[in-house]
Amino acid sequence: MPEGLLISVWFTLGAAFSAIVLPHRWIRYTTPTLLALAGISVTLTVLPWLTGTPSHSWESAFGLPWLKWQFRLDALSALFSLIIGVLVVLIAPYIPAYLRHDGHGKSQRPLLAFTSTFILGMFWVTWANDAFSFMIAWELMSVSSFFLVCHHHEDSANRRAGFLYMLMAHVGAIAILLSFAVFAAHAHSFTFDAARELTLSPGWATLAFALALLGFGMKAGLIPVHVWLPEAHPVAPSFVSALMSGVMLKVAVYGFLRVALDLSGEVYTGWGVTVMLIGAVTALYGILHATVQSEIKRLLAYSSIENIGIIFFAIGMALIFLANGHTLYASLAFVAALAHAVNHALYKSLMFLAAGAVIQMSRQSNIERMGGLLRLMPFTGAFFLLGTLAITALPPLNGFVSEWLTLQAALQSIHLESGILRSIVPLAAALIILTSAISIVAFTKLFGIAFLGRPRHRQTRRSKPAPVPMVVSFSLITLACLIIGVQPQYLIGLLTEVPGQLFNGGLPEINRHGWLWITPVSSAVASYSAPLVFTGISLSVFIWWCVYQWLKRHHGEAAHPRVPAWGCGFGGETARTQYSGYAFSMPLQRILQGLWVENDTLTEEPSPHEGLLPVRKQFQSGTQDRIWFWLYLPVAQMVNRGARLVSRMQTGRVRHYLAYSFFTLVVLLWINSGI
Amino acid sequence: MDQQWDLTGWLLALGQTLALMALAPLYAGWIKWVKCHLQNRRAPSIFQPYRGLNKLFHKRPILAENASVIFRMAPYILLGAMLLAASAVPFVTTHLPTTAVVDMIVLVGYFALAKFFLVLAGMDVGTSFGGMGSSREANFSAFAEPAMLLVVFTLAMVASSTNLSIVMQALQETGLVLRPSLAFILAALLMVGLAENGRIPVDNPATHLELTMIHEAMILEYSGRYLAMVEWAAQVKLMLYGVLIVNIFFPFDLAADLTAPALLLALGSVLIKLAFMGAGLAVVETGLAKMRLFRVPTFLILAFMLAFMGMFSHILLEVA
Repeated sequence: MPEGLLISVWFTLGAAFSAIVLPHRWIRYTTPTLLALAGISVTLTVLPWLTGTPSHSWESAFGLPWLKWQFRLDALSALFSLIIGVLVVLIAPYIPAYLRHDGHGKSQRPLLAFTSTFILGMFWVTWANDAFSFMIAWELMSVSSFFLVCHHHEDSANRRAGFLYMLMAHVGAIAILLSFAVFAAHAHSFTFDAARELTLSPGWATLAFALALLGFGMKAGLIPVHVWLPEAHPVAPSFVSALMSGVMLKVAVYGFLRVALDLSGEVYTGWGVTVMLIGAVTALYGILHATVQSEIKRLLAYSSIENIGIIFFAIGMALIFLANGHTLYASLAFVAALAHAVNHALYKSLMFLAAGAVIQMSRQSNIERMGGLLRLMPFTGAFFLLGTLAITALPPLNGFVSEWLTLQAALQSIHLESGILRSIVPLAAALIILTSAISIVAFTKLFGIAFLGRPRHRQTRRSKPAPVPMVVSFSLITLACLIIGVQPQYLIGLLTEVPGQLFNGGLPEINRHGWLWITPVSSAVASYSAPLVFTGISLSVFIWWCVYQWLKRHHGEAAHPRVPAWGCGFGGETARTQYSGYAFSMPLQRILQGLWVENDTLTEEPSPHEGLLPVRKQFQSGTQDRIWFWLYLPVAQMVNRGARLVSRMQTGRVRHYLAYSFFTLVVLLWINSGI
Repeated sequence: MDQQWDLTGWLLALGQTLALMALAPLYAGWIKWVKCHLQNRRAPSIFQPYRGLNKLFHKRPILAENASVIFRMAPYILLGAMLLAASAVPFVTTHLPTTAVVDMIVLVGYFALAKFFLVLAGMDVGTSFGGMGSSREANFSAFAEPAMLLVVFTLAMVASSTNLSIVMQALQETGLVLRPSLAFILAALLMVGLAENGRIPVDNPATHLELTMIHEAMILEYSGRYLAMVEWAAQVKLMLYGVLIVNIFFPFDLAADLTAPALLLALGSVLIKLAFMGAGLAVVETGLAKMRLFRVPTFLILAFMLAFMGMFSHILLEVA
């Protein structure tokens, strides 16, 4: 085992242990420090695997007698370990500052201990090389995060979210287990190495693939199995939301890639089409729901669903290209997916952390009660704005780079032989394009309502700036976003190693024209120069700023006079007369009526005197997922009905139960001897 | 990519940027002039927009009480983005190095960046008019922008490149063949152009009624040089859409080599094409009434569908 990984395991275990035994006032410093050290050691250890080191396997001393835990480090697992490691390091400075204001006398020991095991579980998932240790790591990750979601369990809504999360995590885990079972049944071994050797028949391979898509898709938040995500992410403490949304969803993507591209050997066009269409629909669905939310973290959670959709869209394209023998274009789509995974991990963590700071400082989680925060929390606001630019895929930030690569990959679909595929890929791409345009509505709403205008609530007016360590964390993540946005070559260089190892792919042309250019296919087809675009944007804004300064000096004018805003000459504008977030996204809601279940209620308290206006009026609005009514409630009813049927067996007499056990045993023995 | 470092190309890019920025107010003046004549009104001089900008640049801006740094930053970013976009749209020649830096997708990204900040600026003051304008602009462009990107997609598929110069060269070489895909996306791009530039029938640039405004409501609080910058940026944007449409769909006379006669011919030709285009816009604005606000999405979804049909007809009919 590479020493760095061993050290990081000890660090995470130490972090968990210290959270339990050390004095309570120390732990919020010691645990994040140890976690950051673990992150650093993983990051440094795995980097060589992204620059050409061949894969490395080892066996641990632990495990079952006949199956020691197998581990393996290759480019794919190195990349995802790197995402986890880097994000843990970047989030660590935030944790102590956040916990100072969180909890009010509540013990933070379980929170920090489970955070440590959660991170250990995620690392372990990426290293596991047999189904057995993979599932243990997966469960460690799921169960730890369940306790994190339930940290504020005083609130019944949080407990409900936690239950839903636990339930769906386990249905997903069963699907994953069954998928591994398909491989294990044919290979007669639980190790992934044996599964790699294997060539399954198309039917069995497709079954394993479908189960993996269901299981990992449930964790990643693909529709229709996404419903836990917008419930669980908002109720967790903010740094946990950042880890779950930014990192854990990527671990699910990793698992899916491991099965679909590595274990199953051969890929089929139908898989690609399925994944691509599910991805595109998920993206559109996620952003449409994000747009109508007013809880800041719920909006971000739905936007995570959108981004996961984009990642799966690109993965689907990669599978289609691969199944049709276009390795170059498959590599392009695959690199786009990975780049988007990295970028989303960065900017979504940034936004969740900043949202946590906003919620703590303004004591509001609903943007309809915020406003004017840019002035009260200038640094948080500035970094939030940069995160917003990244997430809406505007140049020159990192979100744009992966979006550009994704669209370039989609454009290569013209080289596919089948006419149906040639038209279905651009169809899905059109959905992605629509998604990214609508994301501008969602995020201008979020930033504009929360940070601009005037405070809409008196508590908001008293918001204080976020503490320095939090801002340090924001600035580090923003810096990473900016570096990737301006110099995407380095990241892409690391990422091309992954298709190289998985299917001998690669992008030989990408850096051909030097560090200024990225040319995915060739310079005649497409080129983008992020450094020049960045220089151009900075330069042109600078030019106008110089003009401004010149004018200012030329006219020797003082500060601009401030006057009340235009109110048609009536005046009397207050914070209450500002546009609301609900109104902001109303046009979209009206245009695409029926996509949401809208719960708008208007309650009136009539005046005691007849014929006069009501004394009080109250308007509440909210939207719900339609899928909840279409899919989940019927299933829940069916389960209930089934349970009622089964409950007839429950007679309450011991001899009946003994008889059940006896017959079960007989049947099992019979089955076993039959095989 | 190796010819990227020749100085002539970059000087030309700089020259065309300046030319586009300088000509944009004239173009706005020309459209207004034609429109006034069509409506039997006395037309202002076509140089009137220059006077307007000059006046505004010399006025001291007044800020709303609540305006934050976003409000003051937005005009700079807006005009900066338009400047960059102007450098990357082939105006007289396809021999333009900047199109390799900024391909068509990035160009759409620039427009989106400018819009993003304008929308935020509208919300910054904290009035209902600003928010209303921002909301409308953001929601409507959620449908206009995809239509634009689908047009880009179709062009990229036709020419197998997202580089605008290469696209124009490819279309120039094939000549004026009637392609169904191009017809569809031309219609889509015209509709998007009307919507994105806030022209009738989507928005009325000359309206004074706050409740019907889209673009104007967002910039209601701007004054002085900030207003000048916003207006100038809007004029450049209109000009850029014009140049895009005429140079993509009617790319004759675009200079392929950098000789003075070829460039002059190209300049003359593109100006004439733009003049016709502007006159056409004036005719449309005179002949049509402004739509009801909630008809606009239908209009834009139609543009989206047209662009989509353009893409499909290319895939199904034109790819052998």
